[in-house]
Amino acid sequence: MKTAAGYTAGLLFGLGLAVSGMTDPARVVGFLDVAGVWDPTLMFVLGGAVVTTFIGYRLVFERSAPLLGSVFQLPTKRELDAKLLGGAALFGIGWGLSGYCPGPAIASIGGLSLPLLAMLVTMVLGWFTAKRMAAP
Amino acid sequence: MDWMASLHGLAGGVLIGLSATWLMATLGRIAGISGIVGNLITQRGPKGDSAWRVAFLLGLISGPLVIMALGGGLGNVAGNPGGVIGAPVGGVGLMLVAGLLVGVGTGLGSGCTSGHGVCGLARLAPRSMAATGMFLLTALVTVYISRHLLGLGGGA
Repeated sequence: MKTAAGYTAGLLFGLGLAVSGMTDPARVVGFLDVAGVWDPTLMFVLGGAVVTTFIGYRLVFERSAPLLGSVFQLPTKRELDAKLLGGAALFGIGWGLSGYCPGPAIASIGGLSLPLLAMLVTMVLGWFTAKRMAAP
Repeated sequence: MDWMASLHGLAGGVLIGLSATWLMATLGRIAGISGIVGNLITQRGPKGDSAWRVAFLLGLISGPLVIMALGGGLGNVAGNPGGVIGAPVGGVGLMLVAGLLVGVGTGLGSGCTSGHGVCGLARLAPRSMAATGMFLLTALVTVYISRHLLGLGGGA
């Protein structure tokens, strides 16, 4: 059951990325290129996703627990620390260079190219590196 | 403005929002890709915690394949209305660097465009608002420098 629910969530997410054009890094860079021929598509994607999730979460949190689990696992950290902001800053540079954030990079595996493969390999390496850096 | 592209964006965004809502409703989890996939790869979590992550990952990869199989111009690749998966904007060297930055950055920053940008903003979480503002800012500056000052990438 949990596996089926996970697959459904992933499928909906992948369909959304494909329909919205976020599996095209040129669209993403086009949005970030405010001094060029600006492409507003990403704004509509983020807007549609945030508003839908905002409404959806309100309905979901009416219940005291998820349908297939015991608790809602929400982040508990509150502080705006250097790790959060520094990490986000580095991520933004990589995102701007490639036009890929993790979702679209992984969802584009069906159209795999050598540059994308290179990115996926170093992204995973980066996750291991971050884990090592964050370890006490 | 290309209204058809914007409409595609909005429809896809709603699907992403439905995915995030569904995952919270069923498993009580945030739909953050770097968290779901990153933890699957780097952690030996408690037993039974990895199956749904693998399933999510397979679903994520199969989404665009389903759109391709359906045909009928449901994709939204810039300048190629029938396309579903666009080509990378840089070569292997650039992508090696970008991948490392995205991996380390989302690892340290505990999230990416989906975890902070979609789910976090929808929860009105201050940490996610700060992170989203920060990665948008550095991404905008990076594109400005690489495209307009250095003349790199994407044929702009």
